[in-house]
Amino acid sequence: MTTSPGDPHAAVGAYVLHALPSAEEAAFEKHLAGCEACRREVDELRRAAARLATAESIDAPPELRQRTLERIRTVRQEHAPRPPRPHRRVMSMALAASLAAAAALGGLALWQHSEADDARARAVQAEQQARGNGTAFADLLTAPDATLHAGKLSDGATAAVVVSQSQNRAAFTARDLPALTGNRVYELWYAAEAGGLRPAGLLPGSGRDSARLLEGPLGDAVAVGITVEPAGGSAQPTSDPLGIISIGT
Amino acid sequence: MRSADGDHEAFAGVYDALVGPVMGLACRILRNTALAEEVTQDVMIEVWRTADRYRPERGTARTWVLTLAHRRAVDRVRNVQASAERDRRAALLSAGRPVDEVAEAVEGRDERRRVYRCLGRLGSMHRVPLVLAFYEGFTYVEVAQALSTPPGTVKSRMRAGLRLLRACLEDG
Ligand SMILES: [Zn+2]
Repeated sequence: MTTSPGDPHAAVGAYVLHALPSAEEAAFEKHLAGCEACRREVDELRRAAARLATAESIDAPPELRQRTLERIRTVRQEHAPRPPRPHRRVMSMALAASLAAAAALGGLALWQHSEADDARARAVQAEQQARGNGTAFADLLTAPDATLHAGKLSDGATAAVVVSQSQNRAAFTARDLPALTGNRVYELWYAAEAGGLRPAGLLPGSGRDSARLLEGPLGDAVAVGITVEPAGGSAQPTSDPLGIISIGT
Repeated sequence: MRSADGDHEAFAGVYDALVGPVMGLACRILRNTALAEEVTQDVMIEVWRTADRYRPERGTARTWVLTLAHRRAVDRVRNVQASAERDRRAALLSAGRPVDEVAEAVEGRDERRRVYRCLGRLGSMHRVPLVLAFYEGFTYVEVAQALSTPPGTVKSRMRAGLRLLRACLEDG
């Protein structure tokens, strides 16, 4: 055979490229189960291989989107055997949260090649914002128990709240927030079941794509709201919410 | 927003974020738009069906989805191509076509330019096996035949090539 039995790790590159004949692939997977170093290398090299895929990105036809979204309504989701978690939503929220993280960190913008220059500027901005929020932001978005709650705001913007119960924190991300006129800002609120509202931080009125870690602990919040407020924010909302995203479990 | 529709909405977000690279990769590997669309739809449905298997500690959702897409596209190309045709193509490609493709790709988008620049820096010894495996769906054994190089050597060059690519890409 072509495999030198002395170095089972050597197949890791071919494995990541899906270039091992099936018998060797099965053998390598057996090796992988017991080799932490190879598992780490697989994860690292896959990241590089995924960039090769990204480089080929093209626009997919809109009919394909419609067809696929229709199809999934008839396809049941599988559930990995593990202790039941009553708070877990059906769609893997870790998956969605990871994409929210990519969006927040500029990854999404970068993929949208049709507006590359614009995207680069936005990505830099988003990265600076994320850095300003500290690593807590990335920690939250990648928390294993992170759940994503998405919705549309009344102005058509898309918003999502990522919640981690274990970290007792939440983050807010929005795409296509309209720019505000005058000296106004967006303000986020934690809403408790009893109806009380706690200020949870401001977003600049310049709009577009924004992301931030919410101020203060999640506590008993069951929803996150967003309003438009005078510069500096308000202690209680002075306008109707653009949207309220339920995060109750 | 906690209705059952929430899950479908979340999936639509996943679809929108990743359909471009999934479709592009399938097109590049299969060289056939209809087949690529089929594979793209299959991949997206598999993402939906098996989303629960995704493990954030192993990498981003994007890497997970694109790994799956590559697997499906490669499986498909191996099924649709007769082996004689594959041999011919391997011979043709090893004559230098991947190198030309890299050289021609100077124009184009940011990410593509960055990736191709890094591929270009690899040197043909590492680049050719990588390109033949990743974009053409060849096994390392097929690559070894096409390049008249010992299979073990090809295997280690694939690993070294990916490592070099990673170092270059993560350099920025
Ligand atoms: Zn190993």
